[in-house]
Amino acid sequence: MIELEDVGYSYGGAALYGQISLTLAPGSFHFLTGPSGAGKTTLLKLCYGELFATSGTVRLFGQDARAYGRDDVAMVRRRIGVVHQDCQFLDHLTLAENILLPLKVAGHQGEAASDLNDLLKWVGLTAQANQLPPELSGGERQRAALARAVIQSPDVIIADEPTGNIDWDMSQRLLTLLIELNKMGKTVLIATHDLNLIRLAKSQVSARLLRLKDGTLQAGVAL
Amino acid sequence: MNARQIIDMLVGDPQADRAVPPTGITARLTVFVAAAMAFLGVFALALSLTTGRVADRWSAELAQTSTLRISAPADQIDAQTRAAMTVLETTPGIAAARPLTDEEQRALLAPWFGPDLPIETLPIPQLIEIVEDGGGYDPTGLRARLQAEVPGAVLDDHTRWRAPLVAAASRLRLLGWASILLIGTATAAMITLAAQSALSANTQVIRVMRLVGATDVYIARAFVRRFTVRTVLGATIGIALGIIGLLLIPRSDVAGGFLTSVGFAGAGWLLPLLIPPLAGIVAFIATRAAALRTLRERS
Repeated sequence: MIELEDVGYSYGGAALYGQISLTLAPGSFHFLTGPSGAGKTTLLKLCYGELFATSGTVRLFGQDARAYGRDDVAMVRRRIGVVHQDCQFLDHLTLAENILLPLKVAGHQGEAASDLNDLLKWVGLTAQANQLPPELSGGERQRAALARAVIQSPDVIIADEPTGNIDWDMSQRLLTLLIELNKMGKTVLIATHDLNLIRLAKSQVSARLLRLKDGTLQAGVAL
Repeated sequence: MNARQIIDMLVGDPQADRAVPPTGITARLTVFVAAAMAFLGVFALALSLTTGRVADRWSAELAQTSTLRISAPADQIDAQTRAAMTVLETTPGIAAARPLTDEEQRALLAPWFGPDLPIETLPIPQLIEIVEDGGGYDPTGLRARLQAEVPGAVLDDHTRWRAPLVAAASRLRLLGWASILLIGTATAAMITLAAQSALSANTQVIRVMRLVGATDVYIARAFVRRFTVRTVLGATIGIALGIIGLLLIPRSDVAGGFLTSVGFAGAGWLLPLLIPPLAGIVAFIATRAAALRTLRERS
């Protein structure tokens, strides 16, 4: 589904990675850890086509990412739901409008209403549908970001520090939602520092732990 | 861009439009610039068309007529006038010739000396109006004959002042069209700057739109439609004000014929209505190019 083969990435000539290889198989669940500045967010961006590798090959859904045109990258992003730590909402739109944005952008107007109601119920935000993002709590915003990420039923969910700004109860609730998605067959990749969250997840789902450190990616490491 | 995309742009996508928050300053700037440019465009168009009309009229009126002036002592003027008429009547290319009456000569002098000039008592030259036929006459040959037979006659075929007047009018018309071209270019430049400013102010919107899978064309569409609509609105206001301004110019044939005739004639009044759609096309092309270029640079 997403494959990185001997991937290197440099910022302004300074190499961040040497040769990283990673495969995200359909239905798999991964945690990505590592110290700050190790390049976790960059790795995620390589996985959803926001950045392109400076060496090696990134294959998104079987095709070399470099072969994608600009519109193709947009289409790829419709198959990958992304949740950021800062959520990245449009603050002048209501929560419902923000969640519906991927469907509108893709031109799917018809099924929007029923999908939205189901999703709002699933993430427990039905009452907040018409509120603006700045009016919501951190946890509500994260759940809304997850709802927006999955409204198009993507194949892959990528979350960058999704629990970084919320309390433990809300983190558990968010993790539960992500595990539910994985059990529905979605591939999940979560970058996090939260080892408790990883422990909790591993008790409920078969999750692989990846550790990014000193320009290398270690797979299957112990906590 | 195909027809479908143009229709989509004109019809609009409320959700795409909503995704970009209203930006007050660029909105007002675009409407103001479009209105100001359309206002100037109306005047440039009016000036160009008016000078065209005036040049044509002057050419037509002056090309077929000449004037013969007879300056002679009072006791010889009638005899020289008769001699001149004989020469003119036998000159090929002249359709008609007639001496102006005292009333006509008084009317010509009235703007300078008033209506009660005792013209009979003044040594004023006798004027003879000459109307050419289609082929015209030979002015050099006519001057030679007049010199021999009517020593006090001076032929003025209007060439001396007709040519520079027509040339000036033609040049003014050209300047009018050049002004319209410059106004269009300046409009495109201003709208491009406003669009780039709006894009810079909406970096977060662009980031989010990309994150959820929006193509460049989809993102650009919200900006393009907004700026096109604002430009058409501003241009409509501008031409309305421009037309009102033209209508308020006092009309008079007594003095300053050119100045008081600046405006449109007949169906020409419909021409300013082309300005808003043309401004819309300029805005569409300028904003689309700016938006797509900016989006490419920020990828």
